[in-house]
Amino acid sequence: MAVLSTQNLSVIKRDRLLFDQVNLSVDSGSLLYVKGPNGAGKTSLLRVLTGLVEPESGIVFYQDKKIQKCGEDYATNLVYFGHKLGVSGSLSAVENLQYWCDSHQVKVDTNTIYQTLEKLNLVGLEDIPVASLSAGQQRRTALARLWLKADAKLWILDEPFTALDVQGINVLSDKLIDYLSKGGAVIITSHQLLELDYPTQELTLEYRI
Amino acid sequence: MNGLGALLRRDLSLAYRQRAELMQPLLFFILVITLFPLGVGPEPNTLKMIGPGVIWVAAILSSLLGLERLFRDDFQDGSLEQLILSGVPLAAAALVKVFVHWLTSILPLIIISPLLALFLHLTEPMYWALVFTLLIGTPILSLIGAIAVGLTVGLNRGGVLLALLLLPVFIPLLIFATSAVESASMQLQYSGQLAIIGAMFLFSLALAPFAIAYALRVSQT
Repeated sequence: MAVLSTQNLSVIKRDRLLFDQVNLSVDSGSLLYVKGPNGAGKTSLLRVLTGLVEPESGIVFYQDKKIQKCGEDYATNLVYFGHKLGVSGSLSAVENLQYWCDSHQVKVDTNTIYQTLEKLNLVGLEDIPVASLSAGQQRRTALARLWLKADAKLWILDEPFTALDVQGINVLSDKLIDYLSKGGAVIITSHQLLELDYPTQELTLEYRI
Repeated sequence: MNGLGALLRRDLSLAYRQRAELMQPLLFFILVITLFPLGVGPEPNTLKMIGPGVIWVAAILSSLLGLERLFRDDFQDGSLEQLILSGVPLAAAALVKVFVHWLTSILPLIIISPLLALFLHLTEPMYWALVFTLLIGTPILSLIGAIAVGLTVGLNRGGVLLALLLLPVFIPLLIFATSAVESASMQLQYSGQLAIIGAMFLFSLALAPFAIAYALRVSQT
């Protein structure tokens, strides 16, 4: 049973057909790499897959069930990392992550959050308002969710490598491979060349006028 | 429930961190009302006549000032899409956010109102009528206002549009609220007007959360 699959998905944005008849299927333990030039509709595709946006036509299935009918089941098994990080600038990294875990019904204690931030090289920055961190550090804070919501079945990651330094890219790549080898499914977009030591499915979207 | 509690705590601590921004509507409210005795003249009877209307109009305008921050920051930093994907019922989450907004930016206006009633020579029965109408009426401002904020949050310059959308909707509320205070000034019963405002409040409390949730979903596209 595929973790996530679609049937004849098409999306129209501002009167432009981004893509149509997209059929994809992601099993547990597999990595789908969505490629395409700027404006091809990668982000729109991912937002449709999360259920944030309704497609023009077509259906998205989570474990062979329409995502609109899964409700909380889909929410508790999904981590979405988008262009907008979803961290409030006035709150500290720890406060942001604690709130995120509580609202997503993930049980963690504060120690786990501190340890995760340590893995992401944010030691000493845990209690500073996120707005005063650098762009890369803010992204690391948001990426900490991947460590905290360990039992999610699916990650949908939109350009997770942007603004990360070499060390950050390595940490994230290792985490991705670790997660995939434990049976997680990942859908990812990236303009950096994806150099993961793992079999990759590819989906290429063309820019249409 | 746990998710909603976390949202409540987060929004309260965010409001506390941004308290400078929260002071602005309150100061605007006080300043607008102090302008009237200066502009119209200090004659007690004139002030008593226009007082309730002035306080209510000022309350509506200053609630519009702070309304946009209800969802703006969350929309821009992406907290809103994470909230939608969190599995927390969005209508309930919207209600929590509206409650925090009312508590932090409108309740202070009601608390400061005895001082302003003094500026405008309101009598004691008029003052109590005013407080009752404000307590039941201002949540309507927050609830209905949140629908419009949800709809305009995706637009870059929603500010004036928001006022244009909302001010006409608040006319009935203004009419009944000032009429209640006027009745109080003539020592008449005003429970009828309060009941109508209460009905408006319950109606918007029942339906607005779903409309806000729908508006927030629409704004994601």
